[in-house]
Amino acid sequence: MRERLRTDVAIVGGGIAACAAAVELRKAGLGVIILEKGRCGSGASGVNFGGVRQQGRDLRELPLSARARPLWDGLNALLGEDVEFEATGHLKLARSEQDMAELEAYRVAALGCGLDLTMLGANAVRAELPWLGDKVVGASLSPTDGQANPRVVGPAFARLAAKLGVDIREFTPVLSASRSDTGFSIESETLSVSSRFLINTAGAGGGLLASIFGEPVPITPQSPNMLVTEPLPYFISRSIGVCGGDVYIRQVRRGNAIFGGGSGWHDPELGFSRPSNEQSLGGMRRTLQLVPQLTNAQVIRTWSGTDGRMPDNIPVIGPSSTTPNLFHAFGFSGHGFQLSPAIGLILAELVTRGETPSPIDPFSIKRFANWQGSTTGISDHTDH
Amino acid sequence: MSTGLSAPAPASALFHRLSRRDAPEIAFTINGEAVTAREGDLLVTAILTHRATLRKFEFGADMRAGYCLMGACQDCWVTLSDGSRVRACTTLVSPGMAVVIDEIKP
Amino acid sequence: MTIKDKSVVVIGAGPAGLRAVEALSKAGLRPILIDEAPLPGGQIYRQPPVGARRDPKSLYGFEATKASDLHGLIVRLGDQIDYRPETLVWGIEGHRLDILSNGQFSQISFDALILSTGAMDRVIPFPGWTLPGAFTLGAAQIALKSQGVAIGRRVALVGAGPLLPLVAYQYWKAGATLCAVLDVTPFSPKVYNLLRLMRKPGTFAKGLWYTLRLALAGHPIQSGVRAIRAEGADRVEALVWIDVSGKERRVEVDAIGASFGLKSEAQLADLAGCRFVFDAKSRQWQPERTPEGRSTVPGIYLAGDGSGIGGADVAELTGEMAALSLIEDLGQPVEKARIQDLAKQLDTYAPFRTALEAAYPFPHHLIDQIDDSVMICRCEGMTAGQLRQAVSQRGATEMNRLKALTRIGMGRCQGRVCGPAAAEVLAREAKSTIEAVGRLRCNPPVKPIPVREVF
Repeated sequence: MRERLRTDVAIVGGGIAACAAAVELRKAGLGVIILEKGRCGSGASGVNFGGVRQQGRDLRELPLSARARPLWDGLNALLGEDVEFEATGHLKLARSEQDMAELEAYRVAALGCGLDLTMLGANAVRAELPWLGDKVVGASLSPTDGQANPRVVGPAFARLAAKLGVDIREFTPVLSASRSDTGFSIESETLSVSSRFLINTAGAGGGLLASIFGEPVPITPQSPNMLVTEPLPYFISRSIGVCGGDVYIRQVRRGNAIFGGGSGWHDPELGFSRPSNEQSLGGMRRTLQLVPQLTNAQVIRTWSGTDGRMPDNIPVIGPSSTTPNLFHAFGFSGHGFQLSPAIGLILAELVTRGETPSPIDPFSIKRFANWQGSTTGISDHTDH
Repeated sequence: MSTGLSAPAPASALFHRLSRRDAPEIAFTINGEAVTAREGDLLVTAILTHRATLRKFEFGADMRAGYCLMGACQDCWVTLSDGSRVRACTTLVSPGMAVVIDEIKP
Repeated sequence: MTIKDKSVVVIGAGPAGLRAVEALSKAGLRPILIDEAPLPGGQIYRQPPVGARRDPKSLYGFEATKASDLHGLIVRLGDQIDYRPETLVWGIEGHRLDILSNGQFSQISFDALILSTGAMDRVIPFPGWTLPGAFTLGAAQIALKSQGVAIGRRVALVGAGPLLPLVAYQYWKAGATLCAVLDVTPFSPKVYNLLRLMRKPGTFAKGLWYTLRLALAGHPIQSGVRAIRAEGADRVEALVWIDVSGKERRVEVDAIGASFGLKSEAQLADLAGCRFVFDAKSRQWQPERTPEGRSTVPGIYLAGDGSGIGGADVAELTGEMAALSLIEDLGQPVEKARIQDLAKQLDTYAPFRTALEAAYPFPHHLIDQIDDSVMICRCEGMTAGQLRQAVSQRGATEMNRLKALTRIGMGRCQGRVCGPAAAEVLAREAKSTIEAVGRLRCNPPVKPIPVREVF
């Protein structure tokens, strides 16, 4: 028999931002239901690189990223679980003078947004990380950035939300959604939910939900391609990226080095992503040039997953342009992990107060108002 | 350095030879110490006929000595002196091979 | 393009893969046979490395003729097959294989593929099972067969299947010192199933022969043994168990070969996209295989123990069967009578297999005895207690969530060893079933691949 539920806020998609929003909304005394097609935190929230990074972001994201950063310091206490967050700093490497100029230009611009980066010349970067390959000519360091374990953050947030009384429905894909004068109705195969508010945190599926409400966006699936080595003696003491974004690597305290290599492949029919072996080999080659010490390491596993990517590489965040009381936060284009706790706060503010102190105008869905098309295609690029 | 006579396996050895005792010898080293194996020995055999362990376990104060011997469990990866890593149960010992085994520090 | 131009690949050169390439070459194809080992035979008919060769009779006993015949196939087929030993298939994407051979990465595209990837020991952790000196029963056999060594000077063997009397017999025959031969399944179901076991009198008689011979030699197999544990400070020093009368026993040993049946090595079938089904009898997920050897993916065929534990003789039959189905699907007529004959032969094994499963029932008591301190994942060092905590405190009800929360199955073996045991622990803790808790999803590489070899 069909189950009918009534609540204040329905959330479609159970990633970190969704669960963080649900936690805040419960604290504000609202009823919340999360409808998640798989398991909470198993989408882009759980399959990303695990970078907790401000450096390198689109400048418009920096205020949100700055808001998120201190939240990471408190996550273990909030969630009652070690999410393995460590402020190892994030080092962005330059492989040419042109790269150095790019890093310096970004440093100046980021400083205007409150992010303080330190430029390191070839000697300085080698003094710190003597094992770096000879292609490296310098770097820019963001000392407050770091890394965390993406696999545990989402599930832990979901548990906290459930503890606070959020009704979480996993394996409940939404089939349809609509709005009438009385509010939203959201249908899954077994469930009908009526709500006053609707939050769209459906990741790669966020575009589809937006288009139901008359605001289609050019979102494409994006699949990271991650590789993990066997445990090695700890030596990669920073989270590392490069100009151009084609290499990124970090090492967990247990010893495994985690690095990215291109994009996995996404099967739209089956709705899942798998790592691409060819891309993995390319990633191994490029990473080895920067970290020659990996020369004897074995890759023991790879993973992929699915995020939604926007053509301008920044997410959609904010109120719907067509439907009152509908709020979007999706299309994080492979770099939503660090932002996610703050996105939760912002969404809760939008619902409870109708506004947020964070500057979210650049992320408005309105920027795609003139876009006509359907959401297909596979991305071939990842940022980290 | 095949003398035809090799020292009996030490009491600390795990594996115990039941045949091929007269196969030609192969000289290799474990932590710098010269030892001998027999032609046709897998590295796991070559090592475990001298001692009871192959490697240090990364996440505890234990040693490991392999487990499945069929290349499935990945428990017997050992390090050679040039830093390279080999799976001892699917790699034949070769003359001059230099095995490095981290010991548990008391 | 004729059938001869088709790229047909067989992975695994055990009895199934060897009979498959034989049938394929007979039909005019030139299959590529890929195998990790340097010499054909698989694990069951594993050959010692060059330099360690011994008389087949001493290695394979009753099966010496069969083994020699299969080993000789590669030579007899010569140029009719493209045999690639020492080659790892570490990934499959669509109709392309990712290969690591001789330190080089490469790819092979195929039109049709037979997966005959074999099986490994099914592991149930017990206290002390990660001590140096504790091996699988299969490892104990391989040490002897491939290397002419015993795993220790004083050896105990523990099992829950027909491998136990065989390995024990082989150890005794080779002159090893056997200190205990323990069967963790009760004796009585072997009696109840005697009649059905007699349907394959040859196979059964061999098992009986090993058992009797051992008993006469003073090594009776103790059945109904439980609560086994290995003791030792930094290596195995003793094996302790409770015998059928409830009395604790202890014997000083320096090595133990222990495992409890077999488990399909089905990682490549998973990467190939084959659908898996739960086999209640063997308590494991296996790629779905039709009696004719077809998987659920067109162009991909399954044979041997990698897709259902049946033993070496069944593997030979299913290998040929899969090859004939493949040939037929490529549009070349095959001899229907031969297919029927194979089907008929396979039918005769089914009741025997059922009886065997019944004679060696799953040792649930070993799962019951796993206390919180027992390590389940030997790669990452995760204990049963950590798994149970993830179930009771962190809401894990399924294997992949358990993996995400605890790292079980994330290590070098990718869950090969710990997967089945972790499923048992999870199912119990979550008051669920091992079918409902699912199985670990597979990703490439199926075995470790070196970063250094990319160039």
